[in-house]
Amino acid sequence: MHLQGLRFGKPYESLERQTLVHFLTGETVAEVSQVGGAMVGRDLAKSAKAARAALMAMDPEDVVERLQTAGNLYALGTVEVGGVPQSPEDFVRHQSATTGLPENLCRANMKKNLFVLSNMDRMLDALSRGLSPEIFWKGYGREHRDVIVSYQAQSPVLGLVLPSNSPGVHTLWLPVIALGVGLMLKPGSQEPWTPYRMAAAMIEAGIPAEAIGLYPGPTDVGAAMLNGCGRSMIFGSAKTVAQYAGDPRVQVHGPGFSKIILGDDCVDDWEKYLDVMVESVAANSGRGCINTSAIYASRHTRDIAAAIAERIGPAEVKPPDDPEATLAAFTVPGVAKAVWGQIEAGLAAEGVTHATAGYGPRLEEGETCGWLRPTVVHCSSPDPEIAKAEYMFPYVNVVECPQEAMLERIGPTLVGSVMTDDVEFQQKLIDCTHIDRLNFGPIPTTKLDWLQPHEGNIIDFLYRSRALQVAAGAGEPGQAAHAHAATT
Amino acid sequence: MATTDQPVFEVADDAAVKAAREALDAHTVEMMAWHFHPSTGCPFWLEYAQSLPFDPITEVQCYDDLKKFPPFEDEWLRGGPVRRWAPKGLEGQPLFVFETGGTTGIPKSRVNSRDFRTDYEMFSETLPEEYFPKGANWLMLGPSGPRRLRLAIEHLAQYRGGICFCVDLDPRWVVKLIKKGWMEHLEAYKQHCIDQAITVLEAGHDIRCMFTTPKLLESLALGLEKKGTTIHKAGITGIFSGGTEFTPQWTRFATEELLDGAYMTPTYGNTLMGLAASRPVTPADGYTIAYYAPQPRAVIELVEFEDTNSIVPYGGTGRVKLTTLTKETFVPGFLERDEGEREKPYAKYPWDGVSGVRPFHELASATTVGVY
Repeated sequence: MHLQGLRFGKPYESLERQTLVHFLTGETVAEVSQVGGAMVGRDLAKSAKAARAALMAMDPEDVVERLQTAGNLYALGTVEVGGVPQSPEDFVRHQSATTGLPENLCRANMKKNLFVLSNMDRMLDALSRGLSPEIFWKGYGREHRDVIVSYQAQSPVLGLVLPSNSPGVHTLWLPVIALGVGLMLKPGSQEPWTPYRMAAAMIEAGIPAEAIGLYPGPTDVGAAMLNGCGRSMIFGSAKTVAQYAGDPRVQVHGPGFSKIILGDDCVDDWEKYLDVMVESVAANSGRGCINTSAIYASRHTRDIAAAIAERIGPAEVKPPDDPEATLAAFTVPGVAKAVWGQIEAGLAAEGVTHATAGYGPRLEEGETCGWLRPTVVHCSSPDPEIAKAEYMFPYVNVVECPQEAMLERIGPTLVGSVMTDDVEFQQKLIDCTHIDRLNFGPIPTTKLDWLQPHEGNIIDFLYRSRALQVAAGAGEPGQAAHAHAATT
Repeated sequence: MATTDQPVFEVADDAAVKAAREALDAHTVEMMAWHFHPSTGCPFWLEYAQSLPFDPITEVQCYDDLKKFPPFEDEWLRGGPVRRWAPKGLEGQPLFVFETGGTTGIPKSRVNSRDFRTDYEMFSETLPEEYFPKGANWLMLGPSGPRRLRLAIEHLAQYRGGICFCVDLDPRWVVKLIKKGWMEHLEAYKQHCIDQAITVLEAGHDIRCMFTTPKLLESLALGLEKKGTTIHKAGITGIFSGGTEFTPQWTRFATEELLDGAYMTPTYGNTLMGLAASRPVTPADGYTIAYYAPQPRAVIELVEFEDTNSIVPYGGTGRVKLTTLTKETFVPGFLERDEGEREKPYAKYPWDGVSGVRPFHELASATTVGVY
């Protein structure tokens, strides 16, 4: 199977190819054409405006309907990927083979993507607060209060430098086409499967091929996208986040440092929240930025750590096709061992206890890859370095910290699930600017409400809300600007 | 992209290979007599010879005998006095000093009198007149400062009867920007260099030939495209380009989409070696970029990673080992920071070549490539 580049409708077969192999057997799964950064720069200059124009030529509601069809094709149909028909089960096997994710987790991620595409109309309605999609097509229009609102696209295409390690993140970019913006995707080197299958499904469902680009390649491809696209997203480490901090053109998705906080008024009932804590830590093999990496409480923390350890500590490595498999492999040789080395160094600090120590060794090394079994660490204060750690497997720190110090000590928090009925504490949490998503009550950090913005509202990122006035009797400006607008 | 089976290029015949080897052996003996004789050698080698268990003048009878020397360490080139490298036989000649590296710490330096001119005059003979017409003016869109390349390109232009236009480009600053992660500044600096180039190209100087690096070539092509023109339409017919980041795919992309019919010849070189020309790059040859050192003045060998005195088979992967044999410079068996595949002798260059040049895998993570 050969995954070619896709240059906004034109396939491109590169002389350079990356071979993707099965993480356990080393067997070749696919070859992926590798393109270069200059191609990205050139195609942005030549094709980006045409990508948006191709969408503008369609009825926005038709685009949404076609995306819903694409969702069904992606999740349930057979589409051509890499020159061969790919069924959903083929997709699951391919994705699992190169990412190390158990097949049942691959299926779960497919369901998430299907849900988002199937509910695209509701999502857009929620994210735009009820604006007609026509407003994004025309650039302005009247909202329900009969006031003119104007939304100006900041880039004809969104560049996406996608990760290899978490197929769940693709939900973030699925609304982009429905907002009239093209996609320039750099697939993750180990996980090209979702972008390729999704692009194939969208095109088969009638989304113009000119609106979608697939540019697999080395890091200079990503750099060229970030440099050339008016808007782009990158998924990376804390270092990547720091590098692009303050660049309004780039939205960086790094570690989430998501947390569960047990307020003083609820902490004595901690056992009631055990299921929520376990799910938040271990769902999707702990790979997501929305997985809980720390639980904060002022007391009972040792008991909480021991109880979570008892639930997730015994989990064992299973073959990827085992329906009971919960642990993903680290497919890059040496990575699991290196991560465990970091954790062991952190465990040596004062006030740090390894709560899963009694459940056997955490590091399991295979011939070509490695695994880390779920790990629970107790920290008697937020001071040890390891209390701030986040890892790509089910890993959690249970941190003892007085409630009054919590908001100062938790640090950046993508999702915070808080158990408290203390109104004063609730208000402080609502006001706390370093918590992004805030859940009150026993909601797992991994459970997202798709009708609410995640890591910022994508409409605010792709569009600028600005003023536009039309003098009385001046007609309707811009009607001829887009083919669709001109024909309706 | 090695070519072990039925090469599509014209492989040199055995007689030509044998003759070239005999010339190399004879040249090696001549160079030993020069570098290790007190009346002509430089202080460094004369002193070094005292520590050798053999006499280079009498016991190096052919090129292979150079294996008797321990590997050359380029760290010896850091710091002064630089005159310890100046051969006594060239006393009174004007000397240049060229530097490499130098982003942090003391750069490596090499003294030069005429070598850079000789190297580029030889290289000039490989340039097709159709694309690099004699008398044409040149643009040097590459590193300036204490670099050999800057003067060498200017000499090449002058040697061919043209005038060379230059830009300011400090590669040490570029490396610092990358190390600091200041990508916005990096982009701005690159744009600054491209702006200088476009200004010169648009100023009516009738520039038809150019040296540039792959990265800058990309940026220049995209910059010109934004202005509604191309490299070829801007007047450029021939490009001589250098840098280890040439790959067959990049070359194909440049040929098909950036050059608009202008001719490009990739080269491989550095301050120690001079310049290795490439055999013609063709689609039939899979856009293989194969370089051939300017023998007998410099020799490239592909050696086993673990046994650097053993040459890999044709098509095999090895580390690039460089030997320089000019009157100005003797560098025996220097292990470059590059690896590649061994190529069969080409009719025009009847000795081994190297293709697929890339950073040596054991050092690759610490190497900053393609910086300008």
